[in-house]
Amino acid sequence: MRFTLNGRTVSLDVVGTRRLLDVLREDLGATGTKEGCGEGECGACSVLIDGEVVDSCLVAVGQVEGRDVVTVEGLALQDGKLSRLQQAFIEHGAAQCGICTPGMLLAAHVLLEQSRRLTADDVREGLAGNLCRCTGYTKIIDAVLSCTK
Amino acid sequence: MHEVKYIRPKSLADAVQTYRTTPGCRPLAGGTDLMAMLHARTVRPQPLAVLDLWSLAELKGVRRVRDTVEIGAAESYTGIIGSKDVQQHLAALAAAARTIGAAQIQNRGTLGGNLANASPAGDTLPVLLAYDAVVVTDRRAIPIDKFFVGYRKTALQADELITAVRFPIGRQVAFRKVGTRAAQAISKVVMAVSRDPARIAIGSVAEVPLRARRAEAALDRGDVEGAIAAVADDIRPIDDVRSTAAYRRSVTQNILRELL
Amino acid sequence: MCAAPLTVGRSVPRREGADKVTGRARYTDDITVPGAWYGRTIRSTIARGAIRSITQDTAFDWARVVVVTADDIPGDNVVQLIRDDQPVLAPKGGEIRHREEPILLLAAADRDTLEEATSHIRIEYDTAEPVFALDQATDVFSTVEITKGEVVEGLKDLEGVEVVERTFRVGLQEQLYIEPQGAIAIPEAGGTIRIIGSLQCPYYVHRALKRALKLTDQQAVVVQAETGGGFGGKEEYPSIVAVHAALLARKAGRPIRLIYDRHEDLAATTKRHPGVIRHRTGVKKDGTLVFQDIEIVLDGGAYCTLTPVVLSRAAIHAAGPYSCPNVRIRARAVATNTPPNGAFRGFGAPQSLFAAELMVEHIAERLGVSSVDLRRKWMLHLGDTTATGQKLTESVGSEMVMDAALKAAPTVRPSDRPTVRRGRGLSLVFHGSGFTGSGEKKLQGTIGFEALADGTFRILTASTEIGQGTKTIFCQLAADALGVGLDMVALAPQDTSLVPDSGPTVASRTAMIVGRLVQEAATEIKEKLKREKAPLRLEKSYIQPDAIHWDETTYRGDAYPVYAWACTIADVDVDMTTGEVRVTDLVTAVDCGKALHPVMAEGQIEGGCLQAVGWATIEEIKMKDGGYQNDRLATYLIPTALDAPRIRTILVENPYSRGPFGAKGIGELPMDGPAPAIIAAIHDATGVWLDEIPATPEKVLAACASR
Repeated sequence: MRFTLNGRTVSLDVVGTRRLLDVLREDLGATGTKEGCGEGECGACSVLIDGEVVDSCLVAVGQVEGRDVVTVEGLALQDGKLSRLQQAFIEHGAAQCGICTPGMLLAAHVLLEQSRRLTADDVREGLAGNLCRCTGYTKIIDAVLSCTK
Repeated sequence: MHEVKYIRPKSLADAVQTYRTTPGCRPLAGGTDLMAMLHARTVRPQPLAVLDLWSLAELKGVRRVRDTVEIGAAESYTGIIGSKDVQQHLAALAAAARTIGAAQIQNRGTLGGNLANASPAGDTLPVLLAYDAVVVTDRRAIPIDKFFVGYRKTALQADELITAVRFPIGRQVAFRKVGTRAAQAISKVVMAVSRDPARIAIGSVAEVPLRARRAEAALDRGDVEGAIAAVADDIRPIDDVRSTAAYRRSVTQNILRELL
Repeated sequence: MCAAPLTVGRSVPRREGADKVTGRARYTDDITVPGAWYGRTIRSTIARGAIRSITQDTAFDWARVVVVTADDIPGDNVVQLIRDDQPVLAPKGGEIRHREEPILLLAAADRDTLEEATSHIRIEYDTAEPVFALDQATDVFSTVEITKGEVVEGLKDLEGVEVVERTFRVGLQEQLYIEPQGAIAIPEAGGTIRIIGSLQCPYYVHRALKRALKLTDQQAVVVQAETGGGFGGKEEYPSIVAVHAALLARKAGRPIRLIYDRHEDLAATTKRHPGVIRHRTGVKKDGTLVFQDIEIVLDGGAYCTLTPVVLSRAAIHAAGPYSCPNVRIRARAVATNTPPNGAFRGFGAPQSLFAAELMVEHIAERLGVSSVDLRRKWMLHLGDTTATGQKLTESVGSEMVMDAALKAAPTVRPSDRPTVRRGRGLSLVFHGSGFTGSGEKKLQGTIGFEALADGTFRILTASTEIGQGTKTIFCQLAADALGVGLDMVALAPQDTSLVPDSGPTVASRTAMIVGRLVQEAATEIKEKLKREKAPLRLEKSYIQPDAIHWDETTYRGDAYPVYAWACTIADVDVDMTTGEVRVTDLVTAVDCGKALHPVMAEGQIEGGCLQAVGWATIEEIKMKDGGYQNDRLATYLIPTALDAPRIRTILVENPYSRGPFGAKGIGELPMDGPAPAIIAAIHDATGVWLDEIPATPEKVLAACASR
C-alpha cells in the first residue's frame, strides 16, 4: 500500500488491519506519535489524515491508502526550524512532561488552520480530545491563542 | 491482531456482495468502536476479516431527497455538523453530534456505526427516534422504532449493510445529553424530544434507546406534568459504573421538564 | 554568598523543550532495542486466598515463550521498599492478598504469541473471605499520634465552648500520567542488567533490583528515559515493573520490553489512599480555637508500600494551617484486600487538609461568622507553633496568600440561567517542603558537579525531569552561581552508573533541597577554578542544619524545614436539574519563597490544581469484588480542556533562607487547596454540605433533593 507521510511517499507491505499508530511507530520509526490508552480517549496518538485530526489508534492502516498523513515530525518548517506554534509551546510553558504534546500540537495546528479568530472557548473545544495531566491546559490555551494574532 | 484480513471493496455493490459471501466479516467505517475493540480483543464472534466501508463515496454525503434529508451511513459527524441541510432541518442531530467525543472522534464517527453497534448509550440514537428516521439498507428501509430489538441487537439480517439514514423534514426536536464531563463522555442520560408529533426518546435508561410511550401519550394529550410523571415508569435504568438508576430516573424527569 | 541571579527568576526556555515539541524526545516505548521480546504479567483474579495450582496447558508449545515464576527469583522475593511484605511474584501455594497481584511473567517474540500463551495458563485458587470495608479492617500498617497541649479529655473548662463534630471521606484517585508504566531490561556482560524506564527514582529501582536479583551496585544499572508524567505514581511502582522485566531478561537471555497498556495500568498500579477523617473541634463563642481532636483512618490496600510515610504526612498536616493550643491527632493506616495504594502528589496531606478546611467552614456556620474571618483569627503566623510543636521562624506566607487571593478573585456575577446556581468557596493550606523530620538527614542526598576541560560544566544528579522542570532550573541555578551562560551547563543522564543518589524526585524537595546542593556545588567549583584547572569534580551532600530538631518517637519538633502556603478560591456553577458541578474559575495565591522559573512554577500550580479539581468532582473509582470497575480511560475520567476552569495563579515570594535564592518546594501544595474550596462553593451555591469527594452529580442531586 502507499500513502504520504509528512510529504514523503511511503510504500509498505503490511496487514491492512494493523493500527496506523503501530505502523507509524514500529515500521516507519515515527515514534513522535504516542500511545496513551489505545481506546481513542486521550488523543496522544493524534495524527492528521487529509488535514483532519484523528486518533491513529482507531485507524486501520489500510484506510490511509492514497491519503496524506501528517505527524508531529511534519510540523517543523522546511529548514528544520520550529513552527510558530511549536515556538509558542516552548515560550508559554505549554509542554511539561511532553507526552501529550505531539497530539496537542496537531489538534491545535488544525484549529489555527481553520480560523485565526479563535476565542479561549474555541480552543478548549478544539482540544477537548487531547488529555493533559500536567498543565491544567492553561498555558496550552495561552500558547495557541498567541498564534492567532 | 491474529491476522484479521483487511478487505477494501471497490464499490457499494462490491461491498454488499463481499459481505454476503465472506465468513466472519465485520464492516468497518470510522473505527471509533471497532478498532478499539479489535485491539482489546473483545469482538465477538472473533472476526476473520474487516470490510472497509469508510472510503465508499456512495456511503458519504448529506443530500435532500424530495421532502427528506438523507445522510450516508459512513458520513462523519463533522460532515453532518457542517452540512447546511442538517443545520436547517435536523438541528438536534447536529447538536447531538457535537456532544460526541471531541474533534478526533467526530471526524471518524458515523451514523452507520452508531446504529450497527446499537449501544443503549448511543448519543444520536434518541435523536433518530425523535425524528422517526428510517434506516436504509442494501435491501430495504427499516423504520427506526423497529430497529432496536434487544441489548446491542438490531433488526438487521446477518449480511445486511446500512447504507443511509433518511429523515423527514419539518420537525422540531430538542436535545440534551448528560455525561460525566463536557467532552469525551459516554452519556448517563441522553434525550431527544419532539412536541408535534409527540416523541420522547431516551438513551442510557434501558437496554435499548427507548421511546417513552406512556409519557408520549400524555404529551400528546397536552398533559406536560403527566408526561413527566409517566416517563419514570417508561424507563428501566440500572446502576452501573457511570451512574445509578435513581439518578437516571431523577435526571430523566428533570431534563424532560426542561426540554418541554 | 551566592552570585546575584541572572537567569533565575526568568522563564527561560525549557531545556528539553525543542525535543518535546518535535517528537524527538524518546520515552521508554520509543526506544528500539534489537532482539527484544515482549513481556507480560499474569495476575490474580481473586482478592484473597491462595494459589492452589498453576497449569500450563500442553496444547501450547511452551518452547515459544519464557515463563518466570517465584522460583526463578535469585535474590529475595521481596519488593524492596519500607517493609518486606510485598512479594515480587506470588509463589505457588502462596498467599494472594489482592486482585491483580502478580503471579507469573511471560515473554515472547510477539504480542500474539503472548496472548496465545496467556490463554493456555490456568490458575486455580482456594479463596478466602476478603476484607474490603475500612471499618472491618483489623491489620494495621502503622499508627501516628500527635499531641500538643492538654489531651482533650483532660480539659475541664468546657463551659462556653461550642463543640463541632464532623466526619469526612475521601476517595481513591489514579495518577493518570498520560504515558503508562513501562521498562526495558537488557542483560549485559558480567551479570549486569540495565533498566531503561519511565520512573521518578532511579535509586529506588536500583535497590529493588539488587535485592531481588542479587546484583551488586555495579551490576544493577538504572537509566531514566524521558518520562511522560509521574505525580508519585512512578515513585515506587516502577521497581515492580523493572524487577519483573529484569527477571524475564535474565531467564530469556535477551532484552525484554515490559510496557503496560492503559487498562493494566489502571487496574493494577497504586492509587491515592482513600480514607475517613473525623474531626471534633472546640471553639469559644468569640471564635477562639480551644481544641482539635482528629482521627484519621487511611486504606493502604493489601501491602505496605509507602503507607507509613503517607500516614505521617496526613497526620502532620491534619490540624490545618492554624494555631491551636490543644491538639490530638490519632492516625492509623489499615490493610484491605484491594490493590496496594501508594504515592500520589500530596501524599496524605490533601486527604487530611480536605477535612481540616471544611471544619473551618462548619465551625464558621455554627458560630454565624465568616470563615475567612475565622481563618484570619486562627492562621499560623511567624513565631507561632504548629501541632507538632514546631515554632515557625521564617517564611510564613499565610496572610499574604489569603490577601492576594481575595484581591485577585473576579467579581461574582449572578447566574444567568434559572436552573444553574453559582457559588464561591475558599481554602487556606500549607504543605511541608522536603522530607519529613530526619528524612533528609537519613537520605543524605548527594550530587556531583564537574568542570570539564572544554570550559563547560556538568551536573550529576539522580533527580529526574518528569515535566516539572528539574533540568531547566538546575541549569539556571548552576549557571547563575558560576556566572556563565545557560549553554555552558549540561546534565549527565539520570543513570545510576554515572550519577550519585540525590534522593528520590518526590516530597517537594527537588528545587529546594537538591537545587540548593547544585547551587552550593557550582559556587564551590567556581572558587576552586580560581586556584586549580579543569577538569575538576566534586560531590555535595545534604547536611541537616543544626536548627532542625525532630523526635521520631514522640512525633514532636520540626516536622519540615519550612512550609509553602496557598489560598485557593473556587467558583462553581451547579446545575440543579442534573447535579453537575462545573468549576468555572480558580484563583490561587501561592507563597513559593522564590519563583526560580515563574512559568514553570505556575505550570506546577495550574496542573496540580486541575488534578485536585478532578479528584473533587469526576475522578471516581467504584470497587467490585476488590477490583476497580473504572479500568479504562472511557470509565476513569479526568478533566478535558473543556472541563477545566480558568486558573489564575499569583506567585507570592516570601524567601526561605535555606532555599536556593529563597525557593521553597511547591510540587505537591497545589493538590491541597481546590477540593475543600469546591465543596464550600457547592454549599454556597446550593445550601447543601457534602462530606465526601468526589462530589459526583449523583451525590449532589441526592443531597439537594433531601434538603
